[in-house]
Amino acid sequence: MSEWISRHPELLVAGLKAGVLIFVLLTAVAYMVWFERKLIAHIQSRWGPYRVGPHGLLQPLADGLKFLFKEDIILTNVTSRFVYLFAPFLSLALALLAVAVIPFGPEEFELLGTRTGLYVADINVGLLFVLAVTSLGVYGVVLAGWSSNSKYPLLGGLRSAAQMISYELALTFAVVGVLLLAGTLSLREIVDGQSGTWAGFLPRWHVFPQFVAFVCFFVAGVAETNRTPFDLPEAESELVAGFHTEYSSLKFAMFFMAEYAHIITTSLLVTILFFGGWLSPFPDTAAWNFTRFLPSVLTAVLALLFFRDAFRLTNQYHRVLTFLICMGLAGLAFLLLHPTALVLAQGPFWLLAKTGMFLFVFVWTRATLPRFRYDQLMAFGWKLLVPLAVLNVFVTSFVVAWRAD
Amino acid sequence: MNQNYLSSYVPILIYFLLAMGVAGAIMLLSWLIGPRKPTPTKLSPYECGMLPTGDAREPFSVKFYLVAILFILFDVEAMFLIVWAVVLRQLGMYGFIIMSIFLFLLMVGFVYEWKKGVLDWAPRQSRRG
Repeated sequence: MSEWISRHPELLVAGLKAGVLIFVLLTAVAYMVWFERKLIAHIQSRWGPYRVGPHGLLQPLADGLKFLFKEDIILTNVTSRFVYLFAPFLSLALALLAVAVIPFGPEEFELLGTRTGLYVADINVGLLFVLAVTSLGVYGVVLAGWSSNSKYPLLGGLRSAAQMISYELALTFAVVGVLLLAGTLSLREIVDGQSGTWAGFLPRWHVFPQFVAFVCFFVAGVAETNRTPFDLPEAESELVAGFHTEYSSLKFAMFFMAEYAHIITTSLLVTILFFGGWLSPFPDTAAWNFTRFLPSVLTAVLALLFFRDAFRLTNQYHRVLTFLICMGLAGLAFLLLHPTALVLAQGPFWLLAKTGMFLFVFVWTRATLPRFRYDQLMAFGWKLLVPLAVLNVFVTSFVVAWRAD
Repeated sequence: MNQNYLSSYVPILIYFLLAMGVAGAIMLLSWLIGPRKPTPTKLSPYECGMLPTGDAREPFSVKFYLVAILFILFDVEAMFLIVWAVVLRQLGMYGFIIMSIFLFLLMVGFVYEWKKGVLDWAPRQSRRG
């Protein structure tokens, strides 16, 4: 066994990277819930989670434990026990899978004697893979709604199936606009194609020539993830909770984890397709060289904020915990100054910073916009987004073909 | 080449196995740790606290089928477009004109559906308000 492993170090490396990515993703999902609750609370002049840990930072952990100790109910009259249990499993597994092909940075590093990059898998049809896997997510929703054999889940499942497939068209057509400019399906090459600047200062990101596609993609992405203002599948006022009404304990949590993982995937994809992925927004000249230290400086600032908090909090445990977090962040800030880490951290830093911006927009829209009416929702998707995206493809392809000849 | 091509998918397989393991472990955990005190009412479908009436297997709007059919048409077209978009630079104006004809035919069908009211969710007379 050990001999076989030593002959195939790349498999071990792949397994390690996959494990790390899943861990990071699940943590990100948990803290996305915290971030959303906190941000919406502040938008509505509330404090949000504040009791469990400093600033409610341990809230996701407490929520998880609560879900764990809840009763696992399986209805007596479910259509099929297998499908009923399979639906949350499928939702979560697919939502996690979509991130596997996302490249987080251009640099390569050495691990266990194998040269490898900041990705789990680098395939030449990465974009197609992400689109395929995220669109399979509709199965989880439909199977859950159908197998519950209850009226609210059935209606919720039907609605979200119709909604997701409708907006998927707008999503795909918007992607075609980017593909026309990039000429490749590999996510890594799409990002590389966006390097450089126009007129010396404007980055060559696809968002500028493809603004219409960007708007279509982002709106359709919000609709794909069943988020407000497109959250009709789980419209609380009419459908209780939509397709997951009949799910309890961690099975219920799994649908939520899948939803948040989808939000993160969509944000990553928007960043990679339209905002230059891991590329820095600053020009690549000596004058802007100091921006390399941004990851370290920002971590240090965060550490200082926590340090100040450690003296202001009244709860003894929270003070200790805050101090520990501060120490950890300070250590990370110093680590990021190391020459290797400095280079390696550039890509992930910019990618995640831009992704964080879109996560913010996701939560912001939820706090701001009311829900669509169902016929408005379908009309918006089919009569506005799809024609707009097709028109964009038409115009872009004309320009691209004209320049090619 | 073939060896290389397939080997780039092996990490995805490993990743998927891990993801399925995580999802399976979560389901198993909640099954093992959660308490189990079933009552007939608890195990019946939720209908806002009332006794459930009838079965959930009831006819639903045919609109959902129409949307599904439209989706298949457009999604197949999207598949064509993706392949075409990647190589348009090599095809040049010829590729653009060919695809324009295809898009035009498709849009004619789309406008026809639109005018026939397939895309209107509510019936026209009830939308006065």
